[in-house]
Amino acid sequence: MAELLRFATCGSVDDGKSTLIGRLLYDSKQILADQLQHVEDVSQRRGDGSLDLALLTDGLRAEREQGITIDVAYRAFATARRRFIIADCPGHEQYTRNMVTGSSTADLSIVLIDARNGVVAQSRRHASIASLLRIPHLVVCVNKMDLVDWDESAFDAVVAQFAEVAQRLEIPDVTFIAISARLGDNVVERSERMPWYDGPTLLTHLEEVEIASEQSLAPARFPVQWVIRPQDADHPDYRGYAGRVAGGSLARGDDVVILPSGRSSRVAGIDTLDGDLDRASAPMSVTVLLEDDIDVARGDMIVTGEELPLVTSQLRARICWMAQSPLRVGDRYVIKHTTRSVRAVVDGVEDRLDIETLRPDQSAEELLLNDIGAVSLRLSGPLVVDPYSSNRETGSFILIDESSNDTVAAGMILG
Amino acid sequence: MSAPRSHLDSLEAEAVHIMREVAAELERPVLLFSGGKDSIVLLRLAEKAFRPAGFPFPVMHIDTGHNFPEVIEFRDRRVAEIGERLIVASVQQSIDSGRVVEETGPRASRNRLQTTTLLDAIAEHRFDAAFGGARRDEERARAKERIFSFRDDFGQWDPRAQRPELWSLYNGRVRRGEHVRVFPISNWTELDVWEYIEREELEIPSIYYAHEREVFARDGMLYAASEFVSLADDERPFTTSVRYRTVGDMSCTGAVRSGARTLTSVVTEIAATTITERGETRADDRVSEAAMEDRKREGYF
Repeated sequence: MAELLRFATCGSVDDGKSTLIGRLLYDSKQILADQLQHVEDVSQRRGDGSLDLALLTDGLRAEREQGITIDVAYRAFATARRRFIIADCPGHEQYTRNMVTGSSTADLSIVLIDARNGVVAQSRRHASIASLLRIPHLVVCVNKMDLVDWDESAFDAVVAQFAEVAQRLEIPDVTFIAISARLGDNVVERSERMPWYDGPTLLTHLEEVEIASEQSLAPARFPVQWVIRPQDADHPDYRGYAGRVAGGSLARGDDVVILPSGRSSRVAGIDTLDGDLDRASAPMSVTVLLEDDIDVARGDMIVTGEELPLVTSQLRARICWMAQSPLRVGDRYVIKHTTRSVRAVVDGVEDRLDIETLRPDQSAEELLLNDIGAVSLRLSGPLVVDPYSSNRETGSFILIDESSNDTVAAGMILG
Repeated sequence: MSAPRSHLDSLEAEAVHIMREVAAELERPVLLFSGGKDSIVLLRLAEKAFRPAGFPFPVMHIDTGHNFPEVIEFRDRRVAEIGERLIVASVQQSIDSGRVVEETGPRASRNRLQTTTLLDAIAEHRFDAAFGGARRDEERARAKERIFSFRDDFGQWDPRAQRPELWSLYNGRVRRGEHVRVFPISNWTELDVWEYIEREELEIPSIYYAHEREVFARDGMLYAASEFVSLADDERPFTTSVRYRTVGDMSCTGAVRSGARTLTSVVTEIAATTITERGETRADDRVSEAAMEDRKREGYF
């Protein structure tokens, strides 16, 4: 039984990200004959001397023509031990927006650092976003070791530089791996040219890193998506609350509170097509039956625990702004949080972060495309929220511009 | 702590969540069902999402008129068994009414014509969301497509203007005339689909299993000899044991030589294959390097 691991990679054209992904897929035998033929054909047509593994991940015509990556791409591969989903985030002008998007669902993030250059501005940006998005694991691949003669001291220098960054950003789990994506050293196959490196290869680390999420230990959070009411002869009174467990677990017999109303009930049963369950934990999709016949609808949240989420019409949040036009005080948007959408007015812009240092600039009055900053929002109705730091599902939201219907911001609720 | 769960459990939970979001947030969804393995999985996921109630949307097939009869028989039976409503939109009708013109010649295909029939049906029924069984592993352009893929009122996909998709918060807002294509199994691979079919013991059309069929060789692929294709002078039909890896039109879907007559042996063959699904079986993607991207922009599935 293979578990699923979602990880994000981010980087610009020169740092070898596409080559690394190509290498992971190629060396783990995920590239099939016709895909390889395509790469060989294009490499030859362009007059490249060797096989350009980066071509495996170029998607759209404009990207192939211009040699750039436009958008986050999602790729799958599997080993006998795990199934992987890669969110492959390009690193040019839309860097922040793309990386926030790709990181939002990731359990792990890979930062690529060129061994010749050490930690650069982009490495710091990358680490900052991983920290803000609270990705549980960070892997630093010190790449292009072949270009520094496989020198241990070059690796050690990057480790020392980055460890300082990680400490400042309070990133708990960082793993450093010395690799050459171009030649394959320590990606899937262990390098014989760096005997001094005694850590895992990248693939081994991806296969072994712990992914039992912290959320399964958290209090139960169950946003109701949809009410199932067959109203037929077989189920005249069936009323099931369908949703996905967004934190912790719910069990039959649990005392629960329904928010925002605050009414109490008890879990009478947990239904699935495959039969009843005693317990359902995040992130499973199930249908919850309650003992009491009370009014519960989409947008309500069924919760347990000593510490209830906050029911509030005022929010402070860290947001990543994703629209061309700036965010300003007084602007109105729709906020979508779990299964509930209400209107929001921007009451204040508190700060804008320097994305390399995470230092706040409190003089900021607006947020521009790809800015990250703290804002306060006033809502037209209550939301049921946790701080993002305790739950990535019930602590996150998006803002939608009602005139264009575009998603214009990703938000993380501050505690 | 709960036990580690399988990747299929995680993928299923994600897909069920997506289907319920669409049912709740859009007014008139439809589920596109071809009778192929991916849409068979979609039907099962819809059962997981909405039972014991009925689906809050109908099921629709874009029938090119060139489908395998085994698949049409399966389609009608399967939808009747689960007690849901089937809409059939016909490419033949689009041809008869002059909306599209039939291609001619030995390589004529109705594949491209489907787009008009699909968009007409979406407009006629005022659907604002259409579930499809596309997967990101199928093709390079698909890898960049969102789970909620916004289409303008011409049904077109603009890869440069996609909405960011964060956490599990989907934005399906559309104006009148626009719609979203929703791909609940975006993150599944072909092997995941087969393993899920095996795990759930889902019935599939008989053409997915090895059977004797009269075929002919063209462009390195084997095609069914049928009334829908005319053979070139040097093409000679012969009978051999084949199975299909995808279900499309008889005119443009290639068969694979195989003796796999059980689901387990089919899954074993798929796991060991060295060629992608589309590369092995779909003539429609070989037209140009960017064939799929072009058709998607026009409003294809």
